[in-house]
Amino acid sequence: MLLDLVPLWAAIMALAVFMYVLLDGFDLGVGMLFALRHDEHERDLMVASVAPIWDFNETWLILGVGGLLAVFPLAFAIVMPALYFPILLMLLGLLFRGVAFEFREVAGPRRALWDRGFFCGSLVATYAQGVVLGNFIQGFPVSGRQFAGSSWDWISPFALLTGLGLVAGYALQGATWLVMKTEGELQQWAKQMARRCLWGVLAFIAMISVWTPLAEPRIAARWFSLPNVFYFAPVPLLTVVLAWQLERGLRRGWDVVPFLCSMGLFFLAFTGLVISLWPYVAPPSITLWDAAAAPKSQAFMLIGTMFLLPVILLYVFWSYWVFRGKVKGHHGHHGV
Amino acid sequence: MDLDALLLSRLQFAWVIAWHILLPAFTVGLACYIATLETLWWITKREIFLRLSAFWIKIFAVSFGMGVVSGIVMPFQFGTNWSRFSDAAFNVVGALMAYEVLTAFFLEAAFLGILLFGRKLVPQWAHVVSALMVALGTLMSSFWILAVNSWMQTPRGHEVVDGRFVPLDMWAVIFTPSFPYRLTHTVVAFLVTTGFVILAVGAGYLRHGRHVDESRVMVKMSLAFLSVMVPLQVVVGDLHGLNTLEHQPAKVAAMEGLWETQRRVPASLFAIPDAEAETNHFEIAIPALGSLYLTHEWDGEVKGLKHWRKQDRPPVAIVYFAFRIMVGIGLLMLALVAYGWLQRWRGRLYTSPTFLRLAHRAMPLGFIAVLAGWTVTEVGRQPWVVYGLMRTRDAVSPTLTTGDVGLSLAGYILSYLVIFGGGFLLLRHLVRQGPRAAEAQERPDRDARPKRPLSALTDTPTAPGARKVGDAA
Repeated sequence: MLLDLVPLWAAIMALAVFMYVLLDGFDLGVGMLFALRHDEHERDLMVASVAPIWDFNETWLILGVGGLLAVFPLAFAIVMPALYFPILLMLLGLLFRGVAFEFREVAGPRRALWDRGFFCGSLVATYAQGVVLGNFIQGFPVSGRQFAGSSWDWISPFALLTGLGLVAGYALQGATWLVMKTEGELQQWAKQMARRCLWGVLAFIAMISVWTPLAEPRIAARWFSLPNVFYFAPVPLLTVVLAWQLERGLRRGWDVVPFLCSMGLFFLAFTGLVISLWPYVAPPSITLWDAAAAPKSQAFMLIGTMFLLPVILLYVFWSYWVFRGKVKGHHGHHGV
Repeated sequence: MDLDALLLSRLQFAWVIAWHILLPAFTVGLACYIATLETLWWITKREIFLRLSAFWIKIFAVSFGMGVVSGIVMPFQFGTNWSRFSDAAFNVVGALMAYEVLTAFFLEAAFLGILLFGRKLVPQWAHVVSALMVALGTLMSSFWILAVNSWMQTPRGHEVVDGRFVPLDMWAVIFTPSFPYRLTHTVVAFLVTTGFVILAVGAGYLRHGRHVDESRVMVKMSLAFLSVMVPLQVVVGDLHGLNTLEHQPAKVAAMEGLWETQRRVPASLFAIPDAEAETNHFEIAIPALGSLYLTHEWDGEVKGLKHWRKQDRPPVAIVYFAFRIMVGIGLLMLALVAYGWLQRWRGRLYTSPTFLRLAHRAMPLGFIAVLAGWTVTEVGRQPWVVYGLMRTRDAVSPTLTTGDVGLSLAGYILSYLVIFGGGFLLLRHLVRQGPRAAEAQERPDRDARPKRPLSALTDTPTAPGARKVGDAA
């Protein structure tokens, strides 16, 4: 093999994970905020705003996992047993969240039950994903080709904190999404929630940014050595600018800007994460190259991915376009 | 057997996949049926096809939602519980699973949104295309997953380096010897399962004199479809059996409960296989018939289980009984289709109480047959996870303890009971409502706000002119 496909695959995987966080992030956020509104009609609007798209938002998670198992099978084999219980919680959360979309259609007393399933599922799945994130930053003990810790190593103060951080982050995504998709009283409330979530997110970003380099010397070295410090300085600076824009957008009654800013914040946080972890896929010992699949399988997948990924992105954009505009009570979705 | 992490992981995998497979068994066929109905409505403009499609789309939405979320669990299982299998084999089959996501999952998921909620937002042709894309997605999903499974059954196209599988030829990996037979047999089984559900729902309404027009269409369409598919399945199943005898003879020996290698093998109708004593109790068998259907020759030789060492044999009793359940249901289905034709010939297809009752009761047959067939092929593969090359016990994650897996298994059991119980109640509710009821519910107050997102799709336009709004979008 002449060409090293690993960086390309790392980029594709990063795209899949980032798309997942961005997209399922807002519908999980809507699911969590859902618990705070009790008016039936408003709840239906909140569900209707994500009902047509949640399914392929979640598909990005499958692509992330499918990519990991296909392109970096060793990382998959090490990380999954290490995160046995957070993954279990996430899956059970996603199960309840996913079926609740359909099941809450049943009239009667069971509806309240599935409404709760929708909220709890979203919250549990989000928190579990945050814990997974924290564990990636902390790293996994490895011996040979296997995970060498126990199934309970995932519980650490830091991972529990990143769990909360992601709850705040997805809630911000969900709130700004609702600002964009709704009107009137519900929108006003969503703005208020977005503001609160924004402060929460900034607080967690600050805490995690201080804690990480203190606890992990390799990450401190990455960020604070010269000349890296200058290359990476835009990440925190842009974060401040975007947060300020988001707040300004909410105050001035712009519908779309807060959601875009929130996505921007996620992009920066994700960039920060990539800077901290590169080139490890299961830190601190397994690099992307250690974990990579045979060049033949990488090449085989790349041929298809090069054609399919643009096509997928096209029809995903088309779907979002079909369901654009404010979600209304009357007639479900308004496309015109 | 000890209650260890290996056994519990196997139970967990079996539990999760057994529930999951019920949904593709239903949604693959249903997606094809909905695509047919949408196309017919587009071409003929007969409103009955639209009413039927709207009705089945609701049922599809619920089933598909359950299928997606229970399916998401599956790839994670490989990592969490079978990490040594993942490390060893995903160089080879990981790519196939990634292709499933790229070609099938995204296709289904994106166009499902349009199919469910977009009827008024896109032109009719785009809605028909969405229905076709969803159907295509479910079929492609079956293609890739069965390619993975077939490689695990009859591995080809790889070499073994340091105990791990490395691909040599990806086409050989995909098109292993058992793949064409397995794919056809499974997809036809899925289609037949859906066919019997549609037949049963129509027959159920006719018994009570409800939704008569729609039910006649359902019964007529499904009977015609099953008249082709059920006999076809018998032929495909026979060919799949020949292929299995060639590549996995130990599985066939277990299916037949055959201990001694012999010619003129009897066809075992009933027996209680005893793996310890290496014999069958209470056997009822027809002499020599077994060789005929297994090898297509009266005196064809079939290897018995004693040909393999004890540790290389699959659990006989499970495979033996599951195979008999599958074949028995196949014969029942054949009889029911023939009986339907008899009633049709007499002009009593829509009125015969006996036929309608039998057809109504036949609803779960396909599901049971699919579960039994899956059991035959998967348990019959044991003790190997990759046939002949990697044992199941060498595939499990090393760090898991009995307690860990016990806890997660309890979580899956509870959650699946709640979710599949709730789903069953909801589907029953939707079927009881029926096609007309759903429509009548929405018609009178078309302009009132719908109480729920799904009602958007039952709020159906009555004339082609109503499409104008959509065309402008």
